[in-house]
Amino acid sequence: MKKSHIFYGIGLILIALFPFVTDNQYFMHIAILILYYALVSQAWNILSGYAGQFSFGHAIFFGTGAYSSAILLSKYNISPWIGMFIGAIIAIGIALLIGFLSFRYKLRGAYFSLGTLAFAEILRILVQNMDYFNKTLGILLPIGDNPWLFQFESRAGYFYIILILTIIVTVVAYLISKSRLGFNLIAIRENEEAAQSLGVKTFKNKMIAIAISGALTSVGGTFYAQYLLYIDPPTTFGNDVSISIILPAILGGMGTILGPFMGAIIIVPLGELTSHFFGGFAGIHLMVYGLILVLVILFLPEGLVGWFQEKMRSSRLKKEGNQNDITET
Amino acid sequence: MTLLKLENVVKKFSGLVAVNNVSLELHEGEILGLIGPNGAGKTTLFHTICGFHKPTTGTILLNGEAVHGLKPELMCKKGVARTFQIVQPFGNLTLLENVIVGAFNTVGSYKEASKLAMQQLEYMGMEKKAQDRMKDLTFAEQKKVEVARALATKPKVLFLDEVMSGLNPTEVNEFIELIKDIRNSGITIFFIEHLMSAVMALSDRVVVMHLGEKIAEGSPTVVTKDPKVVEAYLGEELDEVKEVKEYA
Repeated sequence: MKKSHIFYGIGLILIALFPFVTDNQYFMHIAILILYYALVSQAWNILSGYAGQFSFGHAIFFGTGAYSSAILLSKYNISPWIGMFIGAIIAIGIALLIGFLSFRYKLRGAYFSLGTLAFAEILRILVQNMDYFNKTLGILLPIGDNPWLFQFESRAGYFYIILILTIIVTVVAYLISKSRLGFNLIAIRENEEAAQSLGVKTFKNKMIAIAISGALTSVGGTFYAQYLLYIDPPTTFGNDVSISIILPAILGGMGTILGPFMGAIIIVPLGELTSHFFGGFAGIHLMVYGLILVLVILFLPEGLVGWFQEKMRSSRLKKEGNQNDITET
Repeated sequence: MTLLKLENVVKKFSGLVAVNNVSLELHEGEILGLIGPNGAGKTTLFHTICGFHKPTTGTILLNGEAVHGLKPELMCKKGVARTFQIVQPFGNLTLLENVIVGAFNTVGSYKEASKLAMQQLEYMGMEKKAQDRMKDLTFAEQKKVEVARALATKPKVLFLDEVMSGLNPTEVNEFIELIKDIRNSGITIFFIEHLMSAVMALSDRVVVMHLGEKIAEGSPTVVTKDPKVVEAYLGEELDEVKEVKEYA
């Protein structure tokens, strides 16, 4: 067993023990938010961080997950646990449609981002205008402290559910990064032509990436719906949602496994702190929040984890260099 | 035995005929050189064979099977690997990761892929820098890694597009030995090169292109004496030399 495995194991146990350390509901809420942002941002990271297809509309999949399980529960009395899977399947369908249209017709870079943004808006407007989705009123979910209904008396229940889901998504991302698929995706991000010349089926790999990313994001959407028990179009399909999915991964480090989690662990408390200290002056907390983000992105363009890895690498190379010098003399 | 056969391949870019009616054969186990002045259509021909361009007309047969119009990734699966005239590295990845991408062409697991990739890096003498980032390397080193990456796909035929341009004489000699060695390991080689010393030293046969057309084919010593070739290609240089002498 490697040192790093033990390190992650201890970290996980500490996180899992968190509900026993405090029964402060506010801190529990923050912890849940951190894990939840880590999950959706990791899902985004697979498509955008690893495969380099920068999606600006992940609210598409988030809203799909939230609305699928919410409609199934409120209209058909189907458990959100099942709704979560159905939502993921619907999200895969939408992902493959968007993927086919974008990748088949070679939408790259900013054009792909704009395409996803437009799709999210289309879905938001559709949902807002269809009676079936309760239009702008949104959906209020029936309440009933029943784990089968994905509802829990205490926040600890939600905490453990989101912890397990986040671990699953992180492990999926890790396994991908060490597989042929992961290397193919990174190669596509770095240089599509070179990737093709090495036998990487670019279209197929991008389709797989968007399908996995979409399905996992929709799981986050279902969790969100069940945690707040109320959803409406702007808070599920809106641009704010897409941006809040993206930010943790950018801050923590795109294309790294720990990046989305590290980003979430900083960005969620940061949002809370700025609104606590600057809340008296309407809107200023968002300005401070934005300023801090700009500074981080300006000085740590590779994200925290990327910056840290680079430091580690250069110090190791230095060490090796010194050793070589010693053996030479 | 004929490995690759081109029949009347034409590639037009809206009016401009870049490759005009080229037919040639690549035999298994040989080193075939492709030379010609700038703009002769050499790289376009490579792009067309490797699937980056679709030929306008004509057929390309690999082991008797028609492969024209196939995508580059499928050509790679069929055993055609290539390097690029302008190196196309995965800049943010380490050397090892670069080569692993190639290794995954035939290998399924990460363990096997990294083992194969490491072997290829050792073969190219780059194993000490395996953990360096590709973008931190010199141009010559990047070219070597690109060859390692192409070899990691386990090709039958390797296309090298001006792999020796920009290298110093020592590096060129290293590369010549290396290419001979790659051929001896059973890989057929088709290469574009401007450096005549390398072409003469390596090629079993040479094909000469000029203005999109094939104007000569044969052993390097015969081809370079062909009046058409001298006129089209070497002639220019001779004229320049003459002019310089006149001024002097």
